Amino acid sequence: MTGAKPAPAQFLARADLQRLLDALRARGYRVIGPVPRDGAVVFDEIRAVEELPRGLREAQEPGRYRIEANGRDTFFDVVNGPGSLKPYVFAPREELLQIEPDGRSFRAQETLPDAPKLAVIGVRACDLAALAVQDRVFLEGRYPDSHYAARRPRLFLVAVNCTRSASTCFCVSMATGPEATQGFDLALTEQEPGFLVRAGSPAGEEVREALPLAPAPAEALTRERSSLERCAATMQRRLDTADLPGMLYRNLEHPRWMDVGARCLSCGNCTMVCPTCFCHDERDEPLLGEPDEAGVRSVRVREWDSCFNRDHAQVFGLNFRPKIQDRYRQWLVHKLGSWIDQFGTSGCVGCGRCITWCPVGIDLTEEVPALREPGG
Amino acid sequence: MSLGNPLLPEPAEIVEKRSYGPSIHAYRLRLLAPDARPRFDFVPGQFNMVYVPGVGEVAISISSDPDDETLEHTIRIVGRTTRVIDGLGPGDVLGLRGPYGSGWPLQEARWKDVVVVTGGVGCAPVTGAIDYMFRRRANYGQLTIVHGVKKPSDLIHRERFESWRRQADARVLLTTDQPDRAWRDRSGVVTELFEEIEFDPSRTVLLMCGPEIMMQYAIQNLRRRGLSSDRIFLSLERNMKCAVGLCGHCQLGPEFVCKDGPIFRLTRIERLLFTRGL
Repeated sequence: MTGAKPAPAQFLARADLQRLLDALRARGYRVIGPVPRDGAVVFDEIRAVEELPRGLREAQEPGRYRIEANGRDTFFDVVNGPGSLKPYVFAPREELLQIEPDGRSFRAQETLPDAPKLAVIGVRACDLAALAVQDRVFLEGRYPDSHYAARRPRLFLVAVNCTRSASTCFCVSMATGPEATQGFDLALTEQEPGFLVRAGSPAGEEVREALPLAPAPAEALTRERSSLERCAATMQRRLDTADLPGMLYRNLEHPRWMDVGARCLSCGNCTMVCPTCFCHDERDEPLLGEPDEAGVRSVRVREWDSCFNRDHAQVFGLNFRPKIQDRYRQWLVHKLGSWIDQFGTSGCVGCGRCITWCPVGIDLTEEVPALREPGG
Repeated sequence: MSLGNPLLPEPAEIVEKRSYGPSIHAYRLRLLAPDARPRFDFVPGQFNMVYVPGVGEVAISISSDPDDETLEHTIRIVGRTTRVIDGLGPGDVLGLRGPYGSGWPLQEARWKDVVVVTGGVGCAPVTGAIDYMFRRRANYGQLTIVHGVKKPSDLIHRERFESWRRQADARVLLTTDQPDRAWRDRSGVVTELFEEIEFDPSRTVLLMCGPEIMMQYAIQNLRRRGLSSDRIFLSLERNMKCAVGLCGHCQLGPEFVCKDGPIFRLTRIERLLFTRGL
């Protein structure tokens, strides 16, 4: 990511991390952070730093995710889990309208979400980049989404710079990480004695002033640079983005689509864990309960959908993408190619979730090079 | 509630229902709110989301003339929502939101000859455009309308085809795959009529809507005869839920058919259109 280096860093002792949570709660934020649960790390509400994945890290491989002890006293050594910021701005399921009978006609009313102030701790650079992608999708078109617009400004983001990558990460290729350089309110770099803290917004400055901070030792700053550089340099996966939309458009009939279509289960896991996938269904649901004299009230609900679902491109009994290979191609060409035509940015931020959470371990950083090879 | 929310349907009363056989009906709708009609000003080829309260929405093109006070939607009964619409008639109230998407290039086609090729219920998105051109007849050159149906009973808007046919300076060719004894027009598939169409590629615009296989054949044929892709316009059908380019279902490569289409100039979608499974 580009942009000026954020404000100078200060130092927060490890023992004082709880003060950050308290400062956020005192300002009316529900605090969300990574917590270990059911064998993974997920985002959920936290009150105490003890709820964070202390002394844990994760091992990620295509189709594999395991939490293990890291033998050190850390809070943020787990890079990521299946959850991202997406559900906090684009709810997996929500009401858009309420519709009630009005004589022989009807009345439709928008239902705006109750958007509490949320502070999310442990956001990675790739997740910030994904949020910027979502901002373009939901806010910058001709019809900005009122639900997204209600939630987005209520977020307070505490980024954590990545000093370690998972094997599935490729943020360096997508130019989104491992360091958070913009889009956060506060950014932390975790080291053994404590955290380097930077503010990235007026709201972040204000919270920072409430923390017991010391000047950052020069040695800590040097160590931070080298740890970030090492993280970037040792990242295991890469994706060559050169000419990506053009290459994909030229290879719509490449035999690799059939090959990957034979491996893909079309389960949609990749789209559920993807921090930018935005496809959704909209439908009316009658409200349960006794219909009153006027008739049955209903709600318009929207729910995450996936281009891997069989009926995603179905109309009038005609399915434009009947085969799994058609649907995988739609997903990949959209994510890496046509997304750029539509929104001026790639739909991929290199977080690697689609690789880890694919039950058969399909890896887009392998599929793209295969598509670059002559087919046949 | 914010005014102008693109998802809010506006109540509209059915004032007329014309049936074309058991499964296709044309509904004339009058918006109930007295001030709502200007917000529904449209260009022929655009569509509305037609809403059955408590049931769901379907994307349906507007088949009336834009100058009409009422809005007409020609609806084929094919799914859950349209099956409910099937049972509705004058006095019943539906919801409308729109108009969405792109329209036919009626300005660009001025002073040019226009060829319209449609198949089946695909004539509905173009009927408003044809009416528009006939009402401004002096602005357009030769008009040729080619329409094919599987069975004679699939011929919808017959009265409009007949009235266009009665106009001077227009040619209307109708055909069916399965003619019966009452059928007075051509027999065979619509593509067989292309050889009969005479046109000057340098001053012709082609408007098309129908099965994609029909459009593919028409494009091959007419391009071979000198019509360039930038003079060919077609209306596409895709799954649409939101109609505002957000739900993701209607994508064709980089295009959201709901907002970038449904009417496309062929040059824009040529490389994608006939790739199977896209």
